[in-house]
Amino acid sequence: MSPSTEAVQESWSAIERGRRRRPVEYVVERGIFLVSLSAILMVFLIFLFVGREGLPVLLGRQTSAALAEVIPVADMDKTPPAKLQRYLGLTGTQFQEMDRETKLELMTLKAEGAQTLGKEKDARLNTLEWRYLLFPYQWTGYDRPEAIWQPVSTIHKYNILPLLIGTLKATLVALLFSVPVSLAAAIYVSQLAHPSHKEWMKPAIEMLSGIPSVVLGFFALLVMASFLQPLFGYESRLNAFVAGLALGIAIIPVVFSISEDALTSVPPAYKQAALALGSTPWQAAWKVILPAAVPGVCAAVVLGFGRAIGETMIVLMASGNASIVSASLFDSTRTITATIAAELAETVFGEHHYRMLFLLGALLFAATFLSNLLATRIMTGLKARMEGRA
Amino acid sequence: MSATLMDPTPVKSPAVMTPPPAGPTEPATAARELIRARDLSLYYGPSRALKSINLGIQERLVTAFIGPSGCGKSTFLRCFNRMNDLIDHVRIEGRIEIGGHDIHAKNVDVIELRKRVGMVFQKSNPFPKSIYENIAYGLRLHGMRERSRIDEVVEQSLRGAALWDEVKDRLHGSALGLSGGQQQRLCIARAIAIRPQILLMDEPASALDPIATARVEELILELKKDYTIVIVTHNMQQAARISDHTAFFYLGELIEYDATVKIFTNPSRKQTEDYVTGRFG
Repeated sequence: MSPSTEAVQESWSAIERGRRRRPVEYVVERGIFLVSLSAILMVFLIFLFVGREGLPVLLGRQTSAALAEVIPVADMDKTPPAKLQRYLGLTGTQFQEMDRETKLELMTLKAEGAQTLGKEKDARLNTLEWRYLLFPYQWTGYDRPEAIWQPVSTIHKYNILPLLIGTLKATLVALLFSVPVSLAAAIYVSQLAHPSHKEWMKPAIEMLSGIPSVVLGFFALLVMASFLQPLFGYESRLNAFVAGLALGIAIIPVVFSISEDALTSVPPAYKQAALALGSTPWQAAWKVILPAAVPGVCAAVVLGFGRAIGETMIVLMASGNASIVSASLFDSTRTITATIAAELAETVFGEHHYRMLFLLGALLFAATFLSNLLATRIMTGLKARMEGRA
Repeated sequence: MSATLMDPTPVKSPAVMTPPPAGPTEPATAARELIRARDLSLYYGPSRALKSINLGIQERLVTAFIGPSGCGKSTFLRCFNRMNDLIDHVRIEGRIEIGGHDIHAKNVDVIELRKRVGMVFQKSNPFPKSIYENIAYGLRLHGMRERSRIDEVVEQSLRGAALWDEVKDRLHGSALGLSGGQQQRLCIARAIAIRPQILLMDEPASALDPIATARVEELILELKKDYTIVIVTHNMQQAARISDHTAFFYLGELIEYDATVKIFTNPSRKQTEDYVTGRFG
């Protein structure tokens, strides 16, 4: 065996020395893993919290009936203390510290309250039941079944239909306005504009996202509403249309930015091929580049939808906040987000109104989650169809 | 030069009226000249990528451009359908005439030009659509609406590109599911579907394996009957196998242009000989 062969064998034996430890890399890798995990965990915990607060309504454990069963004042000593405590709505310590006279007084008050309420026909209804939440109901004194959101009232009316409709109306207007505008801008900037124009146009449009939504809401409330009213001749100054347009302005940068990226990342070879076949730049953009970028554009629209449905300040300021069931875009409207923002601070902790608002929050959460899921499905389907059935 | 004799219409043929400027020799053939570059120079910003090129390309022949990387042959090819327009800061001096018309003239519609001058790229670039749609795209672009007619031309083009038998059962499948060689033939089919007169090929087989390359080469020889083909290639055997005329470029200059046989067996310039024998490049 020649010395050089030995040297070669010696150097190659190094690969068998076992795996070298790289502690720094290990620690960094685990650290990054934990950080990313914590983000997921956070979202999950938020959902858990929102869901937990709303759950009693969902499971029918909560009642909002204004008039419950009345325990006669004379029966006070016969009722078990636990039941009495619940009846008077007291905590354990409060109940223990309270003397008999105060309890008696409270009971008298309850009984008197019940007497006045007894005249209200609907007082015994638990308005948190599904049929009252989702379907119109003919309340006493009304001519026909109506869907009403009226949580602060003798009879708490929690029908979520007006809020759902309001949210959808505002979001729809926002999408109808912003998607065509931002898509056209994205096509122009990524495909047709001269590179030197592109340099300042993209950042300029993206700068829109830097406008605080409260400023946009203010703008919609004062400027847009006054400008649009004589133009369209509608009655209520603040309505779904105005709020939707302002919402649209808020989501333009989102939709634009993502669809522009999607269009720009289409391989330039497609464009070259299309142009070499004698397409105009516009035909190439419309018939070749856009279809190739459809998944990205869809993602942009879904994100815009998510942002629009969750946006609060603009709709709170510009929609008029009337919970009306109406198909007209020019009626004042009230969204889920604005309802939560406006009412949550006024509710009693743990009470039915509080729980209802959390249920609405969970609903919003579920809606965006489902729309994302659906969009992913549609996108894969679209992509497969566009490229042909493989 | 017998260009005017072959010309059925008495078009003013500048090739005859002004003799080609002094430069590399030109191959002598009886074919009609279709493309003529006159003192063509091209600048990328300040750098001059093509230097006063004078060259005539004859109809229904295969003309190959060879030369080391960066010699300007692809850039020159892309002048014929004005694809260089897409690149910023490109400036062109001199003229390119196709069929006697200056293609850089102000009144030229580049869309009409590209319709007549098809192109196949180095890397196959089918659209992310079905095989059928890849070809139908160009047809619809140029105004063909009738479904049955489109079907017909799609089939013709795929047959013309020797791809029909392989894909006829999956016309509506994704073009991206084809092999590299099939994709390149699909690109050729797409280019010939709109009936161009000239077919530019920018290293069409450089990304293909030898079998696929052979198929593409066969196809080029077949297409020669109907089209004027200009091909850029790095592969000298390929140029020798398929081309009638060969032009050798070096550092933006046309060094020699002659019949392929002459270039590869008895080049008149030393540089050409060094390159084709593999001594440099």
